[in-house]
Amino acid sequence: MLGIGWALRRVIRSSDDFFLSGRSIPAWIAGLAFISANLGAQEVIGMAASGAKYGIMTSHFYWVGAMPAMVFVGLFMMPFYYGSRARSVPEYLKLRFDEKTRALNAVTFAIMTIFSSGISMYALAKLFELVLGWSFHGSIVLSAAIVLIYIFLGGLTSAIYNEVLQFFLIVLGFLPLVLLGLKDVGGWSGLTAKLATVAANAGFEPGAWSHSWKYMDAPSHNPMGMEWFGLVMGLGFALSFGYWCTDFLVVQRAMAAGSMTAARRTPLIAAVPKMLMPALVILPGMLAIGLHASRGGFLPIGSDGQPEYNLAIPMMLGHYLPTGLLGLGLTALMASFMSGMAGNVTAFNSVWTYDIYQTHIRPGQTDGHYLRVGHAATVFGILASVVAAYSATRFNNILDMLQLVFSFVNGPLFATFLLGMFWRRTTSHGAFYGLLTGTITAALHYGLTLPRGSVPGIKGGFLGAVLHVYPSEMALNFWTALFAWTGCFVATLLISLFTKRTKTDDELRGLVHSLTPRIQEGHMPWYKRPVTLAVGILVVSTILNVIFW
Amino acid sequence: MRLDVRFPIGGMFTIFGVILVVYGLVSSPAIYEKSLGINVNLWWGLVLLAFGIVMLAFAWRAITPKPPEPGPRPPAA
Repeated sequence: MLGIGWALRRVIRSSDDFFLSGRSIPAWIAGLAFISANLGAQEVIGMAASGAKYGIMTSHFYWVGAMPAMVFVGLFMMPFYYGSRARSVPEYLKLRFDEKTRALNAVTFAIMTIFSSGISMYALAKLFELVLGWSFHGSIVLSAAIVLIYIFLGGLTSAIYNEVLQFFLIVLGFLPLVLLGLKDVGGWSGLTAKLATVAANAGFEPGAWSHSWKYMDAPSHNPMGMEWFGLVMGLGFALSFGYWCTDFLVVQRAMAAGSMTAARRTPLIAAVPKMLMPALVILPGMLAIGLHASRGGFLPIGSDGQPEYNLAIPMMLGHYLPTGLLGLGLTALMASFMSGMAGNVTAFNSVWTYDIYQTHIRPGQTDGHYLRVGHAATVFGILASVVAAYSATRFNNILDMLQLVFSFVNGPLFATFLLGMFWRRTTSHGAFYGLLTGTITAALHYGLTLPRGSVPGIKGGFLGAVLHVYPSEMALNFWTALFAWTGCFVATLLISLFTKRTKTDDELRGLVHSLTPRIQEGHMPWYKRPVTLAVGILVVSTILNVIFW
Repeated sequence: MRLDVRFPIGGMFTIFGVILVVYGLVSSPAIYEKSLGINVNLWWGLVLLAFGIVMLAFAWRAITPKPPEPGPRPPAA
């Protein structure tokens, strides 16, 4: 089964990137490409790990975080991205501000891709360790070798195409797992009964794992260690808007759409399946921890004495799926890890070679020179990912680490975009020093705080003094993002007021809200307007929040 | 000529479906102890097969010539 998946992927690869060039992509496919860029194995493993570690509160990543953010991108941000004709997010920054802002973003983005690829590498190595029985070190080497070969064979020529394929592979590969798991524990009521034991063992109220809002009145009442304000502002606002509005791997998918209306509709269409994803990715984690508590020892115990939440999905696969369907599940996971790693390393390569090296370090060299630099960057990117993969071993939940990286990169960047797009007075100096301030604020906050039960180091507190201890890693991430956003917002605002504008109104046409002509959609039937879809999405996600309150 | 993305998706799941159904029919019932006694290879294979065929059908319908769509789309801005 693995072999067939592989052989088919090779055939498919030769059909190249017809996808981007085609201006007649059905809207639903563009929408699926948009969420597939985000729904990698990383998300599947990370969300399930969080479902086990934090319970149904993980759904806030979807119904509080992603939904409003995707609606915001579609309705308000897409007109500027699409209208500006920028091909990437850093390019928009260059058009709106200047070269140095773009360079700063390129550097932080490059670091983010390395961590992202490293986290995938760690998860893939864990899977090899479990399936093949190799040592972790051997599995890391194997993963690194595979991704190197994959990239040099040109495995990314039709990235968007593969992503849509993988979307279906993941959905159809994991659905039987969820159905079997639910049947085994006796449906939702059986699961809540098991989760009550989990909550009691951890010293919380019985419903702490199965209610998303009920125990959000104080950080000490729920496993995530958050209260509603920090969650809504840190996750819902700073992190989620930051991620969905500025992550160019994701935004690019919508930029490929055929028209402005199609581009605006892309994130909105994507939001519909996205809304239902928790059933597929969070639920298996909740099932795994329920089984862990009731049957004992379902998840292996890590070196920190905690269950290894990252293994929730692989353990569930091995537990419920027989030979045959197991192959489909593993194919789905591995294909997704590989393209996730390759996508990030390739993005690192292009950002380093074109946005940093060619623009700032050595301009005006031959194409051959840049090609060699690109190859070297790929190898360097993979080696750096190995280092990042080893640092991921400290986290029993890869989503904790991923969100930490996002809180440094996307949190402050969202403040820059918000001011840049909606306030024409925002200056280039303001944007650059604001973004720098935001990133430094994140580092200071992270360096001076620590999640409970951790030693200073990769998880924070490295600046010597620990001023505050958060109840969980995720709580620290949310607050880091919020601090970073605020730091960037305030600094950009103040510096812009005291510096001169470098771009005239004319240059900013199409880049700033007040200087861009309003989009006329009056001629469209009401049900085709993006606003209608947006309202529908928000209503349904509110209903979901209430159901699982 | 460009290929509709639904062709490879449909093709892939049709093949996966057929393999799983065949394997489900010939495999020993003992391996289904894990999956609560349900022959998931057979049943999920049928689901994948149906999904694959539906995708292929849509893709075929899209390339066969058809009368112009009712209500022309407004030109892109």
